Amino acid sequence: MKNLFKLISILLIAVLVVAGCTPAAPKTEEPVAVDETLRIAIVTPSNISDLAFSQSISDAMKVLKSEMGDKLEYVYSENMFVVDDAAAAIRDYAQKGYDIVIAHGSQYGSSVQEIAPDFPETVFAWGTTVDTFGQPNIFAYEAASDQGGFVNGVMAGLLTETKVIGVVGPIETGDAKLYIDGFVAGVHSVDPSIDVRVTYIGSFSDVALASEAATTHLSAGADVLTGSAQMVIGAIGKAQEAGAYWFGTQADQTSFAPDTVVASQVYHWEVILREIIALRNEGVLGGQTFSANLKNGGQVISINQGLDLPQNVLDMANTTIQGIIDGTITVQ
Amino acid sequence: MISDLFTATVLIGIISSGIRLATPYLFASIGEMFGQRSGVLNLGVEGQMLLGAFTAYYIVLRTGNLFLAILGAIAVGALMGLAMGFVTIQLQATQGIAGIGFYLFGMGMSNLLFEKLIGVVENINGFPAVKIPLLGDIPVIGEIFFQQNLLVYLAFLLVPIAWFVLNKTTLGLKIRAVGENPAAADSLGVSVVRVRYFTVILGGILSSIAGASLSVALLNVFQQNMTAGQGFIAVALVYFGSWRPFGILAGALLFSMVNALQLWIQVLGIPIPSELAVMMPYILTILVLTLSLSKGKGPSALTKAFEREG
Repeated sequence: MKNLFKLISILLIAVLVVAGCTPAAPKTEEPVAVDETLRIAIVTPSNISDLAFSQSISDAMKVLKSEMGDKLEYVYSENMFVVDDAAAAIRDYAQKGYDIVIAHGSQYGSSVQEIAPDFPETVFAWGTTVDTFGQPNIFAYEAASDQGGFVNGVMAGLLTETKVIGVVGPIETGDAKLYIDGFVAGVHSVDPSIDVRVTYIGSFSDVALASEAATTHLSAGADVLTGSAQMVIGAIGKAQEAGAYWFGTQADQTSFAPDTVVASQVYHWEVILREIIALRNEGVLGGQTFSANLKNGGQVISINQGLDLPQNVLDMANTTIQGIIDGTITVQ
Repeated sequence: MISDLFTATVLIGIISSGIRLATPYLFASIGEMFGQRSGVLNLGVEGQMLLGAFTAYYIVLRTGNLFLAILGAIAVGALMGLAMGFVTIQLQATQGIAGIGFYLFGMGMSNLLFEKLIGVVENINGFPAVKIPLLGDIPVIGEIFFQQNLLVYLAFLLVPIAWFVLNKTTLGLKIRAVGENPAAADSLGVSVVRVRYFTVILGGILSSIAGASLSVALLNVFQQNMTAGQGFIAVALVYFGSWRPFGILAGALLFSMVNALQLWIQVLGIPIPSELAVMMPYILTILVLTLSLSKGKGPSALTKAFEREG
């Protein structure tokens, strides 16, 4: 009887563990294999409605879907913050014959490097990075988020009255660091005497610590804040309570705090994905690197129309965007 | 630059940030402590926190009723505790593994529910800050201690209450007896099973409220995996506090205030690499844990399932 109980308990735990993992499973039905239908699979590190990094690729797929209709089918595995799980999903999608497998997270690099040679017919797209590992079937994509950061920084520099600006960053690396460095440069292009204070909280998901980082900036005198990655929702809330301004990146964060978010740098990965699809149709399966930037429309500054911003701020933002596009302004 | 740290603004900032950051730890760790004192290690705290955070957030989002939100979190926490109790006390499954299972369940379930029922991150109106009359008007101290929200006060009140229950009541005596020597307690007519169910369900409820304190009081938002490992820190704090409520209070405050301190260090531009700064609370915790290891010895029957002999 005791053994039976043990068996039941082990089974129960197994069920719980499996149940705990299910949300990561593909969300759509197995598509029917039709020759003209392009099948894309995406693996993202966080939730696809995180108002940040993972949402940006999901939004791009929605745009492509609306353009291509029945000619495109896509599935995704979200919340793959465990790299081993992501690797299993990437391999699984390749095995199931998906035409393009998108590994949307710089942490998935070694997984893609390992898996891609086993599936020479499959296109792997990995971002955000510039490294294709010299593989003929890996495309790399990244965002020039320092450009959008610079534009946000210029606006922030014009809006601050206390001359103190706070930045809530996750970990000092990759896209977040690029954005933040660009932002700081943008602020200083307006007025080098403005004090831009940068904190990295050491986590992409610790909402509580992001919130306290924002509170700390605010009590140290900051009246404009920005930050990168999905945990910043904790910081936006504090900016809102204090009546400070917020600048967003990775997705349009206006809907979260309409009276607080001035502008968001939004990624439009569909610009890159269109190029990848076109190349694949020509038989090129990889080996190239793409950058989403202001010039090719892979990056757009979405300004909150609901805020009554001073005209000089709007004008300066447009001048800066135009300057970056035509090359008269170089970031850094 | 270092001298910048010793101004009133910074000190008030550190202490009040520390108090807010410590709030979820207090709920979760005190709950975990009751379980461990009766012999049950629950590693599922993180999952219970996430489900509690989601439940409370969802109820506020739909009804705006904060009282109902806490009731909901209590119900969900009690259910999670009951399930944990069933698996570890009734079925005598290995506690560590079962806890990990419940952690994964709570995380997966809160993810799934969020996605199916809400989908988009939204702000809510959570527990407002309540200024305690008179005390809240005291300069500095009032600002730090008496202008917080209701759940913060509750978390700190919980510490002396837990101490009293554990050390001054028959129930506390039973819990301690069951955790030290279940066979002896059993022979004296204490129901080991019933006491352990009680503590594990209580632990589930408090963990769930810990999660709710994040989603409807401190941050007023829910995001998947938002607890970011705090449930595991809460378990570590029980060891840190040598299974005593005031020890846990000291540990939670130390960890949280050093965390607040490192934020200020970065904000003030004191030249320390950010990676090093974010490590500070962890390094300090490990140091204190190592130094205090000699005096802290856990309940003898911790992680041991109880079965009547004969």
